[in-house]
Amino acid sequence: MSEALHYHFDVDGASFANAGKASVETKKLLRQLGVPPEIIRRISVAMYEGEINMVIHAHGGDADVYITPETILITLKDVGPGIRNVEEAMKEGFSTAPENIRALGFGAGMGLPNMKRYSDDMHIDTRVGVGTTIELWYHLT
Amino acid sequence: MLTVKELVEGLGFEAIELPDPDREITGGYAGDLLSWVMGRAQEGDAWVTIMTNMNVAAVAQLTDVACVVFAEGVVPDKEAVLKARLHGINLLASRKGVFEICGEIRDAMRLPGPEDNEYAEPEERA
Ligand SMILES: Nc1ncnc2c1ncn2[C@@H]1O[C@H](COP(=O)(O)OP(=O)(O)OP(=O)(O)O)[C@@H](O)[C@H]1O
Ligand SMILES: [Mg+2]
Repeated sequence: MSEALHYHFDVDGASFANAGKASVETKKLLRQLGVPPEIIRRISVAMYEGEINMVIHAHGGDADVYITPETILITLKDVGPGIRNVEEAMKEGFSTAPENIRALGFGAGMGLPNMKRYSDDMHIDTRVGVGTTIELWYHLT
Repeated sequence: MLTVKELVEGLGFEAIELPDPDREITGGYAGDLLSWVMGRAQEGDAWVTIMTNMNVAAVAQLTDVACVVFAEGVVPDKEAVLKARLHGINLLASRKGVFEICGEIRDAMRLPGPEDNEYAEPEERA
């Protein structure tokens, strides 16, 4: 994706004050670029879930958006604890979110399933103790 | 057609922030678990919730709901209100319960009954 438009966002893992910012910014951007609303909605949902997961589970990370006329790729990269069992983590309802996080409305165990549902392709690359990178692919044509 | 302003006036909801009073309400969703709301709420919905923190504003913005209705007399956090003001999100409040509020909104919209509306039972629900 050499001629791709590229946007980078630092996802702050220290607080919830800015959680969702990368997704909100990306949404605005895609609107300006005239991406179809239905695709923007799918990207907003999936990217937000990935962003929040980095804040809750991985002390923050990097979100990158690559746009070509044919494809949009979102990468969410962190150097957090990694996911021990991806298959289990992908199940609806599975969550390791602690009580204080649940009190904020997170921890339903629906984030990763939402990301899968609201992307055309999703790849998870994770290693315990090293980190997690998730790719969300969208085909525009 | 039902606007957010008409909801405030007609049902006596309190308007905490009303930056977009003429926004049309085309449906509704009730819930507090944010990933559920993220995955299920539709653009133009009135979202009824008792969750009050600032993440509500981000979810409302990303799902493009027409308004958030805080039920049961809960009061949104200051940060949530500030964020809503900044991003033009309508925030309403009522002392009534979630069930009652949803019923009133549905009546106000004069939606057809559950047999023939698009909000079928989610298949996940056991
Ligand atoms: N970036 C990540 N780093 C480490 N673990 C993660 C990461 N993302 C997800 N997980 C693990 O996978 C589990 C399931 O994630 P998922 O997003 O589906 O649910 P949740 O974040 O716990 O709750 P919800 O998303 O509904 O608020 C998490 O509880 C966590 O254990
Ligand atoms: Mg999650």
